[in-house]
Order: sequence, then structure tokens, then C-alpha cells
Amino acid sequence: MKQLLVLSGKGGTGKTTISSALIDLLHAKAYGDCDVDAPNLHLVVPESGLTEKKPFFGMDIFHINPDKCINCGLCLRECRFHAIEILEGKHHINPLKCEGCAFCAEICPLKAITPIKNETGYTQITIDRDTLFSTARLHIGKGNSGLLVSEVKKPIEAFVDRDDLAILDGSPGIGCPVIASIRGVDYVLIVTEPSISALHDMERLLKTINHFNVPCAVCINKCDVSLTVRDKIIEFCKKKGLDILGSIPYDQRVVKSLNTKKRMLDIPGPFTSAIITLSQNIQKWMKIV
Amino acid sequence: MKIAILSGKGGTGKTFLATNLAYVSQPSTYIDADVEEPNGNLFLRPTIDNRHQVFVKIPEVDQGKCGGCRRCTEFCRYHALAYSGGKLIIFPTLCHSCGACTYLCPEQALKEVNRSIGYYERGTLEKIEFYSGVLKPGQLSGVPIIETLMNVADGKNELTWIDCPPGVACQVISCVEVADYCLLVAEDSLFGLDNLKMAHELAKTLHKPVGVIINKCFDSKSVCDAYCQDERLKVIERIPYDIKLANLGAKGYLAAKDNTIIYQMFFDIYYKIMREVDHETTPRS
Repeated sequence: MKQLLVLSGKGGTGKTTISSALIDLLHAKAYGDCDVDAPNLHLVVPESGLTEKKPFFGMDIFHINPDKCINCGLCLRECRFHAIEILEGKHHINPLKCEGCAFCAEICPLKAITPIKNETGYTQITIDRDTLFSTARLHIGKGNSGLLVSEVKKPIEAFVDRDDLAILDGSPGIGCPVIASIRGVDYVLIVTEPSISALHDMERLLKTINHFNVPCAVCINKCDVSLTVRDKIIEFCKKKGLDILGSIPYDQRVVKSLNTKKRMLDIPGPFTSAIITLSQNIQKWMKIV
Repeated sequence: MKIAILSGKGGTGKTFLATNLAYVSQPSTYIDADVEEPNGNLFLRPTIDNRHQVFVKIPEVDQGKCGGCRRCTEFCRYHALAYSGGKLIIFPTLCHSCGACTYLCPEQALKEVNRSIGYYERGTLEKIEFYSGVLKPGQLSGVPIIETLMNVADGKNELTWIDCPPGVACQVISCVEVADYCLLVAEDSLFGLDNLKMAHELAKTLHKPVGVIINKCFDSKSVCDAYCQDERLKVIERIPYDIKLANLGAKGYLAAKDNTIIYQMFFDIYYKIMREVDHETTPRS
């Protein structure tokens, strides 16, 4: 299997739009949405097929049994996550803050603290004929999204054969979910845009990717929004030895076709031809026949 | 008054709004809490007065004292310690700094030491107090930096704008928790709508009053309107997509500073927000 992950650093540069076009043009055998914090790929890929949705449980969190607790305050003093709160005179664990370290349960003199299941989100896979789509969503305020990202990737790894292509749509930023999504992929495509924020964020993203030694290349989306900044990005890529595999012009019709759930590759003109060129360059880069 | 600016989706214009609103509402405080990809400094270009490392605690082992009982390795939920080849090994990036291993070690072979995960900086531009946190690349979580920011920036100004990270995970909770009001920035697309719903749900979970700004609108009616109407969400402003504005932002200009018409536009938005904030945060008798 060859896995291509789409990242950006900055949000809103067009990861999902470009991922969905590449899934379509390169006939990806499997594809997944690793942006479990704010998934959007399901809005632009075909919805038919057999779907299986499952709750996802992260690490257990903890709960204080109010009948056993004598309010000694030991847990309150030791909890580093400030998860222990006093509500109406009783000690209580705030589930949004508990990181499941189990320290409180271990030291509680009355053994009043016990683990509880912690549903942090759900996963969903859809199989349509011979393709698989894997997605997930983190519940509001939950942490450790990296575990859920790994869960998105598992069914893809099991489904595809050696020569098949899988495309993963990533999340913005450089933290936990991004790091979990980079692990084990073969190629990273960075979708950037000509803004100084996007350039700055791409620099930080590259430092993060460099921890993993994965080959990456760049696509400049909305390339005509600022030609001055576009040139800065081209110069930056040259300096870093990064290939630019595509430059996509801004086209308002793309968002409009998305909003009306039409296939964006049916938009005639420079947008579509630039995406096709990008997909051909990716094929060459990843040596897909 | 602390106003958190959040969106769920990235790239809807949080930083664009937060920096310009901080500019027209001086004296004000601006906090860039998107520590993974902070961009506020690119627009505000403040003079940085000082910079402080942010540390987390991690265990350090005295191999001479460690008897190899494996109490710590068996207890650690994050697998941040392992005993191998007659030695205790610590994996700093996996550690959540809960402190349990050090507390539980029967030989007192572990002690906690500081490990830097990034920094925060403080600066000024005119009458804006500027704070920004920066996570080191390769680190998993910026939450400790965000929490530090929220503590140190509890400043002297009446008004604070918190520029939140995208998403609705734990790190956004740390920002919204301390806020009095949430400003949700949506964009006029199906993606924007889907993520607006999530950001709204987060604000509801934390019982915060909310208002919406719809950015990059294409038509007089946006795809977010029906949702806002059904949920009785106040749409404070609709900002039309404008290639000139996009171009200014792309080059890193603080639009309200460089252009009087844009200054007036943001001043009007600021005024509308404050009216809404007053209305929502004043207890009804």
C-alpha cells in the first residue's frame, strides 16, 4: 500500500477540497479523515455503501464514589490536572479535565475512586463496492485525539493491498493528531496558500515532519490571491528542496459547487485543469503506474 | 471581559478578526492561544518585552537507587517508563506529568525535573497588550502553554480577546473556560456550517453565551443562516468575501491599521459585539 497524507499546518488552506479531488482522480482504494477534531471529508465524498459506526473509548477516566469519600482532600492536592473539584461540599472529578493517570485512585485511603469508561468519540467506516472510507469524530472537549486518529488508519491498513493507494486528509496544527497521522505514512503532501501565515505554519509543520523522515512535496492552493507571497513560498520550497507539484488558482465556484453538493471537477476552466496536473505529478512522484 | 474567538474549522478568519478587533478596541489585551500555529504576531508585529520558557515536570532516575521493582513502569498509564537491560528508561514525550511514578517509587529513585515544551512571550503594540504561546515542533500537547497564558495574561485591561486554536478538543476548552463570551467565526460553506455546529456545542457544554460572525460570505444569504435561525443564534455580522481584504491579510497587513475604511468596518463590528455582550452577560432581573 502507498499512503498519501495531506497536511497544511494552517487551517483552511484547502486540505479537504484537494484530498477529495485526488481521491476522485487517482481512484484511491481507501481514504480516511484524520481530522477527527473537525472532520469534513464525509461532506464531499460519495455517501452510498454499507456503513458501520462504533463508539470509541479512550483511556478510562476516574470517578469518586460519594458514599465512600470522606473529603480528605488528598486527591485534590495531588491531581496535576486540576480535575478534582468540590461541588456542594463533595469531592468530584471533572470528566473534561481527567487524563486518566489513576494517581488519585492509587492514593485514595478509602479506595473510593474507580475507573469508568470514557467514550471520546466514534469511528465510522463505509464500504462501497471496492473502496473503503474511514472517518471518526472526537466528542466535544475530549483529549488524546491521537488514539482516535490511529483508529481511523487501522481499517485502511487492513483493507488495501500492496499496490493500492490510500489517501488521508489530515488536521491543521502540529500537535497530537498530526503526529499520530504522520506515523507510518509513505508520502506527505503539504497544501499551502500564498499568505504569510500559511508560510510560517508550513515551516513549523516541516520541522514536525522531519522527526519522521517521510518524503514530502507541496501544492500551492489559491495561488493567485497574492503573487508576492506566492513567490516567497516558491523561494522557500527551493531552499528546502521541496518539489511544488501543483499551483491551483482561486475559483469561487469551488465553494459554491461544494455547497450545492456538486462534483467540483465538473467546473470547467483553469481550476480543474490545475488539479488534474497536480494529480499527474503526484502519480509520478509516488511512482504509481 | 474576556471574549474567546473560536471556529471549529481552521482558516475561517479567527486571527484576522481577533487582531483587528484588538486594534480598534484599545486599550485591550490580545492572547494568541493557537500555540501549535501562532500567527497573531505576524499581523500585530508587537515589540516583544519578554519571553519565558514553559516547563512540564518529567521524572529523572537515579540508576544507583533504582532497584528494578517496576512499580513505576507497571503503574504508568502512558507507557512513559520501561525497564530494560537492567536500566530504567524514560520517554519524555509520552509523559503526561501526572507525578505518580515519583510519588510511588519505594526507593525514592525518581525525582521530577523541568522539561521545556515551548515558550510564551509578552509584547506591546500601541495600547495592545500582546501574549502569544509557541509549542516546540514534535511536542504532542500545548495545553500547559495555553493554561500558563490564561494565568499570566490575567492583565490590567478591561477587554481581552482570546484567539483560540481550531477544533473543539481539550486545548480549546482551556481557552473557553476562562471566557465570558464566545464569538464563533463561521465561513459560508458546508464545511464552515458543520464546524460552526461543533463550536456552538462546545460553548453550550461550558454554558457560555455566544454570537456568530459569518466570514467570507458569497451571497446575502449564507449556508449558515438557517442553522443560526433555528438555534436562535445571534448573527452579529456578515463579512462579504473581498479579494482586496484577502490580499491584505495574505501579506500580513493589519487591515484596520492601514486602511481607515476597514478601521471603521471593524469599529462597527466591535460596537455590535459589545452591545451583544452587554445584553448577554448582564443578569436579567
